[in-house]
Amino acid sequence: MKLKTFKKGVHPEEYKFLSEHKALERLPIPEEVFIPVHQHIGAPCRPLVEKGQTVKTGEIIGQSTGFVSSPIHATISGTVKTIDNFPHPLGINGLMIHITSDGKDEWIKSFDETSNWENLSTDEIVELVQKAGIVGLGGAAFPTHVKLSPSKEKKIDTFVLNGCECEPYLTADHRMMVEQSEGVVLGTKILMKALNVSRGVIGVENNKPDAIAAMEKATSAFNNIEVIPLKVKYPQGAEKMLIKAVINRNVPTGGLPLDVGVVVNNVGTAIAVAEAVTKNKPLIERVVSITGDGIKEPKNVIARIGTPFQNLIDFCGGLTDNTVKIIMGGPMMGITQHTLNVPVIKATSGILCLTDLSVIKHKEYPCIQCGTCIGACPMNLLPTRLARFAQVENWQMAEDLGILNCVECGSCAFVCPSQIPLVQRIRIGKLRINEMKRKEKPATV
Amino acid sequence: MEKTKQPIPNEEPANTEKPKPKLVGKEKKLEPQYLLSSSPHMATTDSVPKIMWTVIAALMPAVVYGMYNFGFNVLLTALASVIAAVVTEIVINKMRGRESSVADGSAVLTGLLLAMTLPPAFPKAYAAVGAVFAIAIGKQIFGGLGYNIFNPALLGRAFLQASFSVKMTTWTAPVGIDAITTATPLGSFKFEKIMTPYFDMFMGKIGGCIGETSALLIIIGGVYLLVKKYADWRIPASYLGTVFILGGLLWIINPEQYPDPVFHLFSGGLMLGAFFMATDMVTSPVTPKGTWIYGFGMGAVLIIIRLFGGLPEGVMYSILFMNAFVPLINRYTRPKIFGELKK
Repeated sequence: MKLKTFKKGVHPEEYKFLSEHKALERLPIPEEVFIPVHQHIGAPCRPLVEKGQTVKTGEIIGQSTGFVSSPIHATISGTVKTIDNFPHPLGINGLMIHITSDGKDEWIKSFDETSNWENLSTDEIVELVQKAGIVGLGGAAFPTHVKLSPSKEKKIDTFVLNGCECEPYLTADHRMMVEQSEGVVLGTKILMKALNVSRGVIGVENNKPDAIAAMEKATSAFNNIEVIPLKVKYPQGAEKMLIKAVINRNVPTGGLPLDVGVVVNNVGTAIAVAEAVTKNKPLIERVVSITGDGIKEPKNVIARIGTPFQNLIDFCGGLTDNTVKIIMGGPMMGITQHTLNVPVIKATSGILCLTDLSVIKHKEYPCIQCGTCIGACPMNLLPTRLARFAQVENWQMAEDLGILNCVECGSCAFVCPSQIPLVQRIRIGKLRINEMKRKEKPATV
Repeated sequence: MEKTKQPIPNEEPANTEKPKPKLVGKEKKLEPQYLLSSSPHMATTDSVPKIMWTVIAALMPAVVYGMYNFGFNVLLTALASVIAAVVTEIVINKMRGRESSVADGSAVLTGLLLAMTLPPAFPKAYAAVGAVFAIAIGKQIFGGLGYNIFNPALLGRAFLQASFSVKMTTWTAPVGIDAITTATPLGSFKFEKIMTPYFDMFMGKIGGCIGETSALLIIIGGVYLLVKKYADWRIPASYLGTVFILGGLLWIINPEQYPDPVFHLFSGGLMLGAFFMATDMVTSPVTPKGTWIYGFGMGAVLIIIRLFGGLPEGVMYSILFMNAFVPLINRYTRPKIFGELKK
C-alpha cells in the first residue's frame, strides 16, 4: 500500500540508529537551574519571585503578560539565587531566574489527582493547560491554550497529532510514543474534548515501526482516533505538510491550520496536557535527545527545564575530542550554540553534537540555475530567487515571490550544489520585511 | 551597476557579546570555541565541480570515438580549445580581481564542447580563437559562471561560423573511407537527396563534427547524466520528441521532400545538442513547466531551419534562440505557492 505523503521535500540521512532504541532515562536533579522568562512565542513572563525567596517544584515563578504568553514554574525546589541575564540558547542573553537546589525536590501541595477530566468543561481544560505553562514541545513553543481557543468563526473538525519527528538524529518523540503511548492517547482525547472535535488523526513516519505499533495498540479501543503511517521524507513534520499528507487539505498562504478546520499538536505536548489536566502537573520537564557523532553515549533523557546543557552532556559520557558544533534541535533547523552553559528550555527537543567529520565545508559557488532547490521546496517557492532578492535587499520582489511563506525547513540549502546559504539569506529577508511591516502598522502586530 | 554592498557573511557569531571562555565540566577544561552557522547543518555531497567534471566524464566516450573516427589529429584540436578556454578564464579572473575559478571545471567543459562541434579539419588556431570568444564573451562578460544567458560553447561556434564559414562547412571523411572530403548526412539529403543508412548514423561512421557522429555513445553518456540528475530528462525528451513528431508529420505529408523522423534524430548535432548543450543548467529554465516549453521551442525551430531554411543544420541556432527566451519562460512558469489561492 502506498504511504501518504506531500509533494517535494528531501531525504537526508536519518542517523536515528544512534538513539532510537535507548529507553528514556531521568536526568538527576541538577544543582542549579536557569529558567528564562522568554522561552515561548509571545510576550515574555514577568518574574513573580525575588532574590533569596525559597520555592517548591512546580511553583509559579513567572506570570504571563498577555494572552499569547505562558507562565513559568520552578523546576526544582530551592532558593532563588539571582534574576539576571544569562546566555540563552536562542542566541542572545536572556533574563533568567536562577535557582539553586536544596536537594529535596519538594513539590507544591496542589500536585495531585484532580477530578476526572471527563467531567471538566472545555473552558476548564483550557484553563488548566494555560496555568500549567504548556507550549508546543515540537520546537516552536507556541502557547497551547491559544491554539485551543480558536475564534468562534473557525469551525474545527479534526485534531492532528504530530508523531513524525522528521529531523534526522532526534528520537525524543519516538521514545515517548513507544514508552508512554497511553499518555499520548489520553492527551489526544483531552485535546479533542477541549476543541470539541470528534475525529483525531495521528501521523507517524514509517521509520518508527515500534512507535506505530504502540500507538495502534493504544488507540485500538477508540474508533475515532486513527494512526496513519507516513512516507519518510523531510519535512513531513512541518504542520502544513503534515495536514496535506494525512487529510489532504492545503493551509492557505498566510493562514493557519485553523483556516482548514484543523489543530495540530506534538506528541510531547499531548503527554504534558494529560499530566496537567489529570495531575495538575505544570510543564517543568521534557524529553531531550542527546545524540550525534560527537557525544560518547547518545541517550534520550527526561530533563528539568533550566538544566544547563553541560549536565546533559556529562550524563551522556561527555563530548569526543573533535566535536566542533553543538546544536539545539535537529540538523536541518536547529540553532548552533556557542557555549554549553545555556539551559534546556521548553523548546529543546534535542542536543546534537557534531564532529568536524559531519560539518559542511562552506565554499560558496555562484548559483548555476540548476533548479534543484525549486524541486525540493515543499512550499513551492523559488529559494534561489528569494535568497538573491534578499541579498540585494529588493524586499518588494522578495515579498511578491512569497518569501514570507518560507517555513525555513532547510530543504533548499540541503540540496544546493553551490552551497549557497539560502535559508540564512531568506531568514534575513523575512526579518527585515516583518520589521518594516511592524513600523508601518504597529497596532496590528 | 557596480554592487557596493558587502555580501552577507556565511558565519556570524550568534551572540553579539563574545563571552569570556569559562572553565566547564567535571574536569574544568577551557571551553572550546564551537562553530556557529545558520541552519541547515547537513547537506548533500553534490557540488558544482562534481557536476562539471561528471559531465566531462560522460562526454568522454564520444570524444574518444571522434579521435577513432577522424584521426588522432582531433585530439590536438580539443586540446587547443580547452587550453585556450582555461587560459582565457584565468586571465579574465585576474583582471576582475577574483580568485581563479577554473578548478570548477566549467571552462574545460566549454572548451571540450566547442571542439566537439567543429569539423575535423578545422584549424586549431581558429578553434582556440573560438574558445577565447566563448569564455570571454559567452560567459565572463555576463558575470561568470551562472550569469550567462547563452550557451558559451555554442556562442563560440556561432562566432566561428560567421567568421570562417568556409572552413566551418568543409567536412572530412571518416578514417577508412576512400575519400578526402565528404558531405554530412544532412548535407547529402538536403542538397543531393541521398540517404545515409541508419546503422552508420547510429554508430557514427559518418561525416560530421568531431563529437557529434556517434549517436550511441552520446546517448550512453547522456543517459548517465539523466540518471545522476545532472541533466533534466524533460529537455531531451521534449526536444527530441518535438523533432520526431513535427518531422514525422511533415514526412507523412510529403515523403519525397522530407526525411523521416528517425533520420532527423540521428543526423547532425541533435543528439549532442539535446543531451549536452540544451541541458546546460545555467542556460535552461529552472521550472519543470518551463523546460517543456523550452524543448518544444527548440524542436520547432530546428525543423524549420532544417527543412525550410538555407542551412542543412540548425541545432546550434535552435538552442541559442531558445536560450534568449529562458528568462521570460522562467518568469511565466513560476509554480503556484503551497496554499496559494486564485485571486
